[in-house]
Amino acid sequence: MPRTHTEDPANLCTAPAALPQLAHPRNLGIPLDPGWVRRAAVNRSAAERRCATLPGRRSVKGSIQAAWLLKAVSLIDLTTLAGDDTPGRVRRLCAKARQPVRADLLDALGVSGLTTGAVCVYHEMIAPALDALAGSDIPVAAVSTGFPAGLTPFATRLAEIEASVAAGASEIDIVISRRHVLTGDWAALYDEVRAFRAAAGPAHLKTILATGELGTLTNVARASLVCMMAGADFIKTSTGKEPVNATLPVGLTMVRAIREYHAVTGHRVGFKPAGGISTAKDALVWLALIKDELGDRWLSPDLFRFGASSLLADIERQIEHHVTGAYSAAWRHPLG
Amino acid sequence: MTVSDLMQSMDYGPAPESAAEALAWLADRGGRFGHFIDGSFTDPRDGFEAKNPATGEGLATLTQATAGDVDAAVAAARKAQPKWARLSGHARARHLYALARLIQKHARLIAVLETLDNGKPIRESRDIDVPLAARHFYYHAGLAQLLARELPGHVPHGVCGQIIPWNFPFLMLAWKIAPALAAGNTVVLKPAEQTSLTALLFADLTREAGLPRGVVNILTGDGAVGERIVAHPGIDKIAFTGSTEVGRAIRIATAGSGKALSLELGGKSPYLVFEDADLDGAAEGLVDAIWLNQGQVCCAGSRLIVQEGIAETFHARLKARMTGLRIGDPMDKCIDIGAIINEGQRDRIAAMVAGGAAEGALFQPDCALPERGCWYPPTLITGLSPASRLMQEEIFGPVLVSTTFRTPAEAVQLANDTRYGLAASVWSQSIDVALDVAPKLAAGVVWVNGANMFDAAAGFGGLRESGFGREGGWEGLVEYLRPAGTPKPLKPLVAPANANAPEPADPLDRTAKLYVGGKQVRSDGGYSRAVHGARGRRLGHVSLGNRKDIRNAVEAARKAQPGWAAASAHNRAQVLYYIAENLSARAGEFAGRLHAMTGGQKAAATAEVEASIDRLFTWAAWADKAAGEIKAVPIRGTALAMNVPAGVIGVLCPDEAPLLGLVSVMGPAIAMGNACVLVPSETHPLAATDLYQVLDTSDVPGGVVNIVTGAHPTLADPLAAHMDVDAVWSFSSSDLSATIEHAAAGNLKRTWVNHGRARDWTGPAGEGRAFIRAATEVRTVWIPWGA
Repeated sequence: MPRTHTEDPANLCTAPAALPQLAHPRNLGIPLDPGWVRRAAVNRSAAERRCATLPGRRSVKGSIQAAWLLKAVSLIDLTTLAGDDTPGRVRRLCAKARQPVRADLLDALGVSGLTTGAVCVYHEMIAPALDALAGSDIPVAAVSTGFPAGLTPFATRLAEIEASVAAGASEIDIVISRRHVLTGDWAALYDEVRAFRAAAGPAHLKTILATGELGTLTNVARASLVCMMAGADFIKTSTGKEPVNATLPVGLTMVRAIREYHAVTGHRVGFKPAGGISTAKDALVWLALIKDELGDRWLSPDLFRFGASSLLADIERQIEHHVTGAYSAAWRHPLG
Repeated sequence: MTVSDLMQSMDYGPAPESAAEALAWLADRGGRFGHFIDGSFTDPRDGFEAKNPATGEGLATLTQATAGDVDAAVAAARKAQPKWARLSGHARARHLYALARLIQKHARLIAVLETLDNGKPIRESRDIDVPLAARHFYYHAGLAQLLARELPGHVPHGVCGQIIPWNFPFLMLAWKIAPALAAGNTVVLKPAEQTSLTALLFADLTREAGLPRGVVNILTGDGAVGERIVAHPGIDKIAFTGSTEVGRAIRIATAGSGKALSLELGGKSPYLVFEDADLDGAAEGLVDAIWLNQGQVCCAGSRLIVQEGIAETFHARLKARMTGLRIGDPMDKCIDIGAIINEGQRDRIAAMVAGGAAEGALFQPDCALPERGCWYPPTLITGLSPASRLMQEEIFGPVLVSTTFRTPAEAVQLANDTRYGLAASVWSQSIDVALDVAPKLAAGVVWVNGANMFDAAAGFGGLRESGFGREGGWEGLVEYLRPAGTPKPLKPLVAPANANAPEPADPLDRTAKLYVGGKQVRSDGGYSRAVHGARGRRLGHVSLGNRKDIRNAVEAARKAQPGWAAASAHNRAQVLYYIAENLSARAGEFAGRLHAMTGGQKAAATAEVEASIDRLFTWAAWADKAAGEIKAVPIRGTALAMNVPAGVIGVLCPDEAPLLGLVSVMGPAIAMGNACVLVPSETHPLAATDLYQVLDTSDVPGGVVNIVTGAHPTLADPLAAHMDVDAVWSFSSSDLSATIEHAAAGNLKRTWVNHGRARDWTGPAGEGRAFIRAATEVRTVWIPWGA
């Protein structure tokens, strides 16, 4: 089994965390440990059973549920990743990030200062997003490295990261080369992510595994480990563009990898399920998964995010229901 | 706390299920219940209290059944039975279907009442127990529909007495009642006195379903009521789920009564984790294995056997998982572990842990237990050895004990080092390891990479001291059926006596010895008796085996059995054909011997030899055609119902058919991979002693067939009492059924006895699936898969 690594990994960004959203030391990464990677094994049926019974095992009610839903809002990377994005569209999204839930509802709940975890956009939308978020603490995340397929030239991908960081993105969501996972070329994956991490410099690196294209949960576990060894600050399920996005078994697999990596190295790595999480109920199940498998420390924006575009709208309706006792309607909540 | 505070703490908080409807149901019935007999409730009497284990509060007053109540219930069941059995399978199927539908319609009421009465988490009664119970009735509606066509020549036993435990009250009721009714039996069921309420609710449902009066009768009360049911002469079959101790008492009480019996008893089921397993998955699997229903599960994976090299990390992961388990109000929808059934059980668990934990290292997570009610925290005791008492004895609580292994062979050895044989789990990502190990585990149910998976289509039940019989599937249904017709009484045969004065011995007369471990051996006692022909002529001498000869024969059989079972079915068939071939070559000699011993027509003796050769062909034919079935279970994967050999089978062979009788029992035993100890016809033993020469020349490995001649009454007890014998059959004309069933209670081996009834060895009754069932155990191996 993996032993505790104490070596100082070479060529990794060792600069201390300078990001407001980080409240723990950054993952420094460790040298690639191929034996550990190969030992990772996930029994799919067992993972699915765990996930199938989770919603029946965990339930939150009343004001606790309202609190959990507001917590979920604070963990959302409010996202627009469309070919027709415009500065106006992004400004609208950022306004929603600043005020994700109607003020009167928050007042009724006695909560103030609630924002989403971040806003997530393409590179060209960084500037309008920064503009729109000026004066807030809301970070801007940019997807990068030839998102979503990640098959542009390597140098271009590195340059893209550097450009986005230079443009002011404090979080970079990169996509890994799925082919390295599918062919078991862990060294290539490690080197790639390590290079991305170096290019990101002080920016927070989220590695998107595109789990819907990795074929097996065991591949998901192995890719998760390699990305963390290479210094990822976060591991993220999906681009949102794959046919299958964030499923609970994939999430379970990744959070267990995070837990093991933490147990062995002491580094905390964050987790971001993205795509397909669209209901308040889904969000509660995901939070229970994180709470039960990783612990309360991970229920915080520096270690957990939802990549979601339509989740917020459902949470808003549930919050209004909680406040008024009557079921809500979508048009009663401002668009993002 | 404010919402802002709650956003910081992110605790779960209470999420209670409402008890209102279930309490209203109790209140509507006055909170007092009589018995359900002949379609209506009797007047309640002051009896005992149904209590909520989580609060200690009373729920209802129940009535202790008297002898008169038992008589009335049995009489009602008896009266209803012929008409119920005469209904078409389709008509019975419609009744069972209606019950299934009603269970679904009232699912939440049943679940809530179950949790109030039993203390199990509402998640379990809601998501596991009640859906499985409904599924059981649906599945058995199907069996009722198909029964007449698929199992011709079978009839129901009649009236079944069914006694169920407190750990899965409603589900066990379903497991008992559905197959009994499908097969055309009527029932008298007694729920455990701790948990009677859902059975009484079910009684209500039978009325709503329009079930004919008397088909289902429910009596409440304690073990004394159970004893009365067991002893009642009007009952034809007893089905019991509960402790091994009580099961053994029932075996003794019913010995020789002719009552059919199925027992589902205790366990200490192993949970094997190999180094290549999904360790987090396997740790989570233990939540289902040992912390389901507070570990009060007969098939709980309570004995963790983990590969040495990963033990440390596995235990660490397990402890982390245990720390996240939530214990408390079972009506809370956010609880993993509910209340222990009562103080007695909680104290028993605590005492066992206190008495044995010092041999290892105890871990209990720091979890607050509710102030009132009955609780025990999830517990792990590592570092135990097989010699530790806690590794051997069933705790029946949320306590997991752990030891380590080095190799797959050692894992199997440790797993099987137990008196029990109910269930087992094996965790490995290697198909080679998992599928090699799973069938080697001495258990009725084996889960690959999982635990506690159940389905009506898949047989459930144990071996060794976990009992016998299966519930679910066709194999469960046959427990509720018997062959049609009443066989004639079998009169005790008397060995032909000497006609005149002692004859001088032939100096070259062959001494018929015993046949043990493939060798002809002298009997331990050194006594023999003269065997005379039908006309009184002395035909030779036969050894009088004693208990030590039985001991030696069983030892030889035990040694030979694994290798024989591992031989291919084709190979076993070849050996049976070879026996037939060699018997055929000496057919004339055998016919002569039979004729000399039994008299009668010479042609009859010749026919018996021919029938014996035919029968050997039958069993050679079956050897590679009875491997089992695949079950359609609701997982991605399958469940194999493997017919595995029972092990070592001891048989008191028929007296009246000295060769055909012996061949008819030896054939299925060895065809299915068993080794056997045969006590041949007491009156006409020489056909058997001649046969061992045939066996010697037919490549039968030494020890697979052992022959001990002697007096059936002398040998029956040591054979039936022997702890290393897995099954005993008796077709002796001596009336030994009671002796055998009584002695078999020691290790709860399976018995198949004739109760003094004859069997036509020449006809279909002398062969067939009944013999296959008796010679095999159904081992249900659940194999989920998924790339």
